[in-house]
Amino acid sequence: MATREEGRGMLATYDVTKTDKRFIGAHILVAVIALSIGSLFGPLQAFQFSGVDLYPYLQPVFKSYYQGLTIHGVLNALVWTTFFITGFFTLTTILGFKRGLRYPKLNRVGFWTMVAGLVMAAIPILLDEATVLYTFYPPLQANWAFYTGLTLVVVGSWIEGYGFFFTYRAWRKENPDTRTPFIAFGGLVTMAMWQFATLGIAVEILTMLLPWSLGLIEGTDPQLARTYFWFTGHPLVYFWLLPAYVSWYGMLPKQAGGKLFSDSLARLAMWLFLLLSVPLGFHHQFVDPGIPAGWKYIHAVLTYSVFLPSMLTAFTVIASLERAARKRGGRGLFGWVRALPWSNGSVAAQLLAGILFMFGGIGGLTNASYNVNLVIHNTTWVPGHFHLTVASAATLSFMGISYWLVPWITGKPLWKPRLAVIQTWTWFIGMLIFSNAMHVLGLLGAPRRTPLGVAPYVSEEWSGHLLRVGLGGAILFVSAVMFVWIVARTTWGKERLGANEEIEVPIAESEQDPQLTPLWLDRWVPWIVGTVLLILVAYGPQLIDQIANIDLGSGQAPSIRPW
Amino acid sequence: MSAPNDAKRTLHIDPYEKNWMRISIILVIVFAAAVTVAGFALGFQVPSPEERVDPNNLTGPWENPGLRELSPGVYELYVIGNATTWQFEPRDVEIPVDSTVTIYVTSRDIQHGFKLQDTNINMQILPGQVSKLTHVFEEAGEYPYICTEYCGVGHAAMFGNLTVVEK
Repeated sequence: MATREEGRGMLATYDVTKTDKRFIGAHILVAVIALSIGSLFGPLQAFQFSGVDLYPYLQPVFKSYYQGLTIHGVLNALVWTTFFITGFFTLTTILGFKRGLRYPKLNRVGFWTMVAGLVMAAIPILLDEATVLYTFYPPLQANWAFYTGLTLVVVGSWIEGYGFFFTYRAWRKENPDTRTPFIAFGGLVTMAMWQFATLGIAVEILTMLLPWSLGLIEGTDPQLARTYFWFTGHPLVYFWLLPAYVSWYGMLPKQAGGKLFSDSLARLAMWLFLLLSVPLGFHHQFVDPGIPAGWKYIHAVLTYSVFLPSMLTAFTVIASLERAARKRGGRGLFGWVRALPWSNGSVAAQLLAGILFMFGGIGGLTNASYNVNLVIHNTTWVPGHFHLTVASAATLSFMGISYWLVPWITGKPLWKPRLAVIQTWTWFIGMLIFSNAMHVLGLLGAPRRTPLGVAPYVSEEWSGHLLRVGLGGAILFVSAVMFVWIVARTTWGKERLGANEEIEVPIAESEQDPQLTPLWLDRWVPWIVGTVLLILVAYGPQLIDQIANIDLGSGQAPSIRPW
Repeated sequence: MSAPNDAKRTLHIDPYEKNWMRISIILVIVFAAAVTVAGFALGFQVPSPEERVDPNNLTGPWENPGLRELSPGVYELYVIGNATTWQFEPRDVEIPVDSTVTIYVTSRDIQHGFKLQDTNINMQILPGQVSKLTHVFEEAGEYPYICTEYCGVGHAAMFGNLTVVEK
C-alpha cells in the first residue's frame, strides 16, 4: 500500500513499516465506517425535530426514533472515537519513540477484540434488541450480547493501552535520561486515565447488567448502576478530548509553521487531566435521588478544578499559534489569526474545532455548576453541549488529522484539498446553528432524548429553534458525507505520491529543550498514586454506602419491553 | 537534546501565562462562591436521599398519589412515573397561588425524569428511590411537568399539568 519513501523528512531516523501503517489504517477504516453509518441517523433525528419524520418510512428496518438515536450515539460517540483514538495513539507511540511496538501481536489482539466486541454489540442494536441508548440505564434491559460486546470493546482498548505501556518501558530502558517525547507521552497519559476510568462501567456490566440479562440475578440497583456508569461517563469525555489536545499541542504548531510554546505546561496539563478526570462524575448526577447533596457539591468543586488544565491548554495552544502566525507575517492584536494557514484543511479543521470548543467549555462550566444544573439537566442543552465537545473538539479535529493521516497511510495525495477546507467550514457553520438552537431549546425547557416533532407539550416559542435544529443537522450531514467521500476517494484513488512528495507527519518541536522540563513532569509514580488517592477520597465513601445498601429488587426488567 | 538530567530544574512559566492562570483561578473561586451561596444560604438545592421504596409494592401515600394539604397554603404532591401507560399519576394537579408544594416522585418500573417547566424543579426518577424538591408558586398559570428521561416508545407523550389558580 505504502511506498518506502514515506515517513522521511524530519523523521529520517525512523521509517514506519508498511505493516504498522496498515495496522493504523485498519483502525481508521473501522472508525470512518462507524462514523458514516452513525451519521446517517443524525439528520433523521434533527429533521424529526423540525417536523419531517422519516422514521415511518424506515419501519421495515429501523423501528423507532430511539433505535436510530441508539445507533447514532453508540457508533459516533463510542466506536468512531475509540477506534480513531487507538489508531492515532499507535502512530504517536511509534513515531514518538521512533521504535516499533514492543509486542505488536498484543496490540493486534487488542484491535481484534475491539472489532469482535463491535460486531457483537451491533447485532442486537440493529435487531432492535438493545434500544437502550448509549447510557443503557437499567432497568431498561438489552440483549446480553450488547453488554458483552461493549465489554470486549473496552477490554480491547485496555490491551492496546498495555501495548503502548510495554513499548514505553522498552524505550525507557534504551533511553534512561531522555524526556518522554510529547506526542507519545500524551497518548500514554490518556490510555492510563482510560484504564482507571473504565473500571466503573466494567464493574457495572460484569456484576450487574450481564448476569441480569442472562437471568442469573433478579434485578439491578438503578442508582448504583448510574454511579458506576458516570464514574466512566465523565472521563470518557477526556478520552475523546485528550487525543485532540495531543494534536493541538504536539502537531498543530508544526502545521502552522511554529513550535510548541511551553513543553512543561503542556505536560502539566496532561498530568492534571489524569489526576482530575475521574473523581467528579457526580456532576452528571446532580438530580439523582440517591446521592447526598454534600457529595454532589464536592464533585462540583472538583469539576471546577479541571477547568484549570483546560485554561492552560487554551493559553499554550493559542500562544503557539500566535507565534507561528507572527512568523508568517501576521500582525495586530487579533489580526494575526488571518496569517494562519487556513487554506490547509487539516489546520482549518483543528482551528475551527478549537473555536467551537471554547463555547463547549463555557457550557460545560454551566453544567458543572451544581444548582445551576437544575435549569438545563436532561434538556436539549446537554446534547447541544456535547456536540461541541465530542462532535466538534474531538470529531472535527480527528477529521483534520485524517487529512494528513490518510495520505500518509496510503501513500496517495489528498483528494481535492480545497474541498477539505469547505468540509471543515460546513461542519463549523452547521454545528453553530445546530448547537445554538439546541442550547436555546434547552433553556426553554425542551427535554433531550425526545422526538419533539410528536411531543404534545411543544410550545409555539420552540418552533423556530426546532427548524434551526433541522437546518444545522442537514448542513452537518452534507459535511459528514464530504468527509467520508474525501477519505474514500483518497484511499481508493489511482494517483500515488511521487518519491519527493512524501507526507511528513507533523511533529512540533518545543521552544524550550524538553530536557529542561523538570523531572517531576516525567515521573509516573507520584501522579498515579495521587490519582488513586483522589478517586478513593471522592468516590470511596459513596461507593461503600451504595454497595452496602444495594437493592437488586428495585430494578427489575418490566414484564413488557417498553420499546 | 542532551542537557544534563537535572531533577532540580524549576518550572519556567511565561509572565502572561502566570496572569492568565491567576485570572482562571479567581474565576473558578467566584463561580464556586456563587453556587455555594445560592445553594446553602439562599436554598437553591439539588435532591438528596429521601427514602427507599419497593417499586413492586408502593404503599402509604403512594397508594393514592396526588395532592395533600398539610396546612393552609402548604402541600405535598406525590407523583408516580409509569412506563406501561407512559403517564404520570396524577396527570392533572391544581393548586392556589402562593402555595408551597413539596413534590415527591418515584417510578413503578424504569427510569423517568420530572421537569416542572419554568421552575427549578428537575429530578431523575428511579424505581426504588424517592426524589424530593420544594417550590413556592408565586404566579398563576400552567406549569407542565415533562418526562425528561427516555422510558420507551411512549416517552415523548409523557407529561402532566400543574395549574396554579388565583385565589
